[in-house]
Amino acid sequence: MNTKKNIGVLGLLGLVIMIQLLTHWTGTQYYLTQLTMSAYYSLVILGLCVLMGYAGQISLGHAGFFAIGGYLAAALTTHDLTPYSNTLIIQVLNRCGLLIQGQDIYGDVLLYFNPWVSCILAISAAALTALVTGIPVLKLKGHYLAMATLGFGTIIYRIVLASAFFGEADGISDVPPFTLVSGIPGLPVIEVSGDFSGRVQNYYIAWSMVIAGTLLLLNLIDSRVGRALRSIHGSEETADAMGINTARYKLKTFILSAIFAAAAGVFLTHFNGGIGPSEAGIMKSVRYVAIVAVGGMANIWGALTMGVLLNFLSLRGIFGTYDDAVFGLILILIMLFAPEGILSIRIRQRLRNAFSSSTSEIRGGESS
Amino acid sequence: MNPDLFFQYLFAGISYGIIYAIVGVGFNIIYNTTGIINFAQGEFVMLGGMIAFSLLQWMPLPLAIAAAVAVTMVVGALIEIVFIRWLDRPSVLRMIIITIGLSILIREVALHIWGESIRALPYFYGNEITTVSIAGVKVSPQVLWVVGICSVIVGTLNLFFYASPLGREMRACAANRTAATLCGINTNNMVTLSFMLSAGIGALAGCVMSPITYTSYDMGTGLAIKGFTVAILGGLGNSLAAVAAGLLLGIIEAFSISVVPLAFQDAIAITILLIILFVRPHGLFGSKEAASLKEF
Amino acid sequence: MALLEIHRLNKKFGGLHAVNNVSLTVKKGMIKAVIGPNGAGKTTLFNLIAGNLSPSSGSVVFRNHELQGLKPYQVARMGMSRTFQNIKLFSGMTALENVMAGRHVRSRAGFLAGMFNLPHTWREEAGIRQKSMDLMKLLEIEEFAHKESTSLAFGQQRAVEMARALNTEPELLLLDEPAAGLNMKETAELGRLITKIREMGITILLVEHDMSLVMDISDEITVLSFGHKIAEGKPAAIQQNPEVIKIYLGEN
Repeated sequence: MNTKKNIGVLGLLGLVIMIQLLTHWTGTQYYLTQLTMSAYYSLVILGLCVLMGYAGQISLGHAGFFAIGGYLAAALTTHDLTPYSNTLIIQVLNRCGLLIQGQDIYGDVLLYFNPWVSCILAISAAALTALVTGIPVLKLKGHYLAMATLGFGTIIYRIVLASAFFGEADGISDVPPFTLVSGIPGLPVIEVSGDFSGRVQNYYIAWSMVIAGTLLLLNLIDSRVGRALRSIHGSEETADAMGINTARYKLKTFILSAIFAAAAGVFLTHFNGGIGPSEAGIMKSVRYVAIVAVGGMANIWGALTMGVLLNFLSLRGIFGTYDDAVFGLILILIMLFAPEGILSIRIRQRLRNAFSSSTSEIRGGESS
Repeated sequence: MNPDLFFQYLFAGISYGIIYAIVGVGFNIIYNTTGIINFAQGEFVMLGGMIAFSLLQWMPLPLAIAAAVAVTMVVGALIEIVFIRWLDRPSVLRMIIITIGLSILIREVALHIWGESIRALPYFYGNEITTVSIAGVKVSPQVLWVVGICSVIVGTLNLFFYASPLGREMRACAANRTAATLCGINTNNMVTLSFMLSAGIGALAGCVMSPITYTSYDMGTGLAIKGFTVAILGGLGNSLAAVAAGLLLGIIEAFSISVVPLAFQDAIAITILLIILFVRPHGLFGSKEAASLKEF
Repeated sequence: MALLEIHRLNKKFGGLHAVNNVSLTVKKGMIKAVIGPNGAGKTTLFNLIAGNLSPSSGSVVFRNHELQGLKPYQVARMGMSRTFQNIKLFSGMTALENVMAGRHVRSRAGFLAGMFNLPHTWREEAGIRQKSMDLMKLLEIEEFAHKESTSLAFGQQRAVEMARALNTEPELLLLDEPAAGLNMKETAELGRLITKIREMGITILLVEHDMSLVMDISDEITVLSFGHKIAEGKPAAIQQNPEVIKIYLGEN
């Protein structure tokens, strides 16, 4: 099992490098931009996959967590703090090196949050929101859970759309780069930004996050906790009778998936240099659910494959003005004809037959 | 608050509230026969208004509305026949995702037909500044149309379900589908009928409200959330209670304008929905024991 | 103090008095059976004990702890495990994984340890796997370990469910109609299995419809009818009890 998992992750790493080299040789580096964005969206989808596929809880509000991450990162790194620079808290923060200084076009000094600080604050805020909303929301099931998460997503959307702090309908632009590494001798400055020259670098930043995320989640699913999550999906009542604190596990998974979404939001916002309200919209949430469903629900690799593929196609504008309609149609078709996801229909069956002599390591969890 | 303003808010609240009630009743009709919450319920309202608006080029208003209702009913029936009927005991999650997919699809089709602009049917009587006076308070006659027609819808539905043989068969289907089948009722047709009815009343409500609230391609989700709030508030499946809950929500929203910024108005319904879901998921008027027998 | 003590337990559903003033005790090491015709309130009694339902009045005391208000998972952690009348295996998981899930309360690895695959979890996982396989061997189902659990035959599923329950290392094992759906031969097999489990030092409380099984293996029997306890005693005494005979013959 472990070797199989590691081979998968190594294969992914190889593929990522190969694609970069391929774009380099063929002079199609412009694909890297969309591949980077797809990678960040896939991070949201990976987290949601564990929540929906393994713990069995639907969320129609995950764009909300993405938006909390992205918008807070954007707002904290773009709003000038100089008007408050006399207050104690700002002075303390400044003293601790948590703020950075900039200049506006007239040469006046501006004061912002360090992106590292805003990143941590944004992700913590999303985790905290998930904790506070998750406690009551996850008590619900079925339609009620779907509506409650939809309601949560709508509220976040309304807040970003109506607050001047978040730029209302225009969103927030001119978000500065997020410097990950600088000042280390021998190493170039590594920063998350949409800067043309940093394209290759950013492609690798995004994909290392995806690879790390995939590995972490695969580990989780293979562990004692993963078994507990799958048993909750199988039968919540029975899991409870086996001593599994189902409420707590559902909540922790909800928070974990919110952290993935928020992290994706933070990084993609720095990469794009801004964020707009459509990122918080219901359609985005539905899109994430659709991709998890197409990937086969309880299937990390499927979710990742579909997450990259569909987001890439969508970002390349393949679907034109029918973008949302395509995702609606995908949802319906998948749920009508292949509720286990398209990757599971035939291929899985064949693989199973092919391996049936040595099936001992093929996981039943993927067959349901 | 002076009495004049008070009544302005009150009437606005009632006319919005009764629309929410109709959407809530639409949820109930389908829920009762199938156990499905149709997330595309709000789209029926949008379709009604939009189709009537387009048909207005060729025919007078009453005819356009009737035709719009008929077309939407056909859409409802098609949805059931094409997407729902042949599923063998689908899981709740699957049904949620399918109806959400449908709502997106309908909305996108509407976007391509009618565009992003906001449409409105003409006032049924007079225009936007016409008022009639009721006990000294001036109200738009359209408000009376909304209240009148929606009351007729609710009344007729009740008569239909409790006094007509067909309505009784539908209720039998709702109570126990297997038993109803055994009694010779074609439950499949009953389910189709429930989608048609639900689509029809949604479309009619969409037409009468269009002059005041306007019709836009993306109004469905907001209406669905409010209609669902109302349905839950009244106890899922209980249509008369949904009407009361709808009026309540409409009036709360109308009066909140003076306190809460307009942009956050949707948040009121959602907050109420969340509170109700956590505190009394069986509704304000429902009984807990009856609710626990329903499958979720 | 007995392992499990139930005092004047009541449960009403609306107008239906499903469990009416029932008291009973289960002593450590015994096999105790609750029998009664359909609708006698047996399964309701079980759900009250395991924490799936909360009683209208009365108390359940397990290992000197009042169980009132505890959730099923908390009851399970105190050393009470159960099987279900309509077998409830985790679909989508192999038989072995089902049994391993039962080991949950006896292991600790959390979210972070799992995500980072920390070395101390490896030993724990290996231990869980070993212990689960041992149990499956004991119940003679090890050959099905890697089969999808819900694809197994009925009797095998029941054994998997029992292995899963045993894997929590319970003091008390609740078996809800374990013979339901089994044929005569399988039922006899089951009886042998249950006595084997008792020899491991586990106390057993079972609810059962099948009289032959109960008479063979139980130390003590309680008879319920319409929510009331109408008799209690050794199997031989119960067989002679006119009231019990009336219920069972009357029903047939």
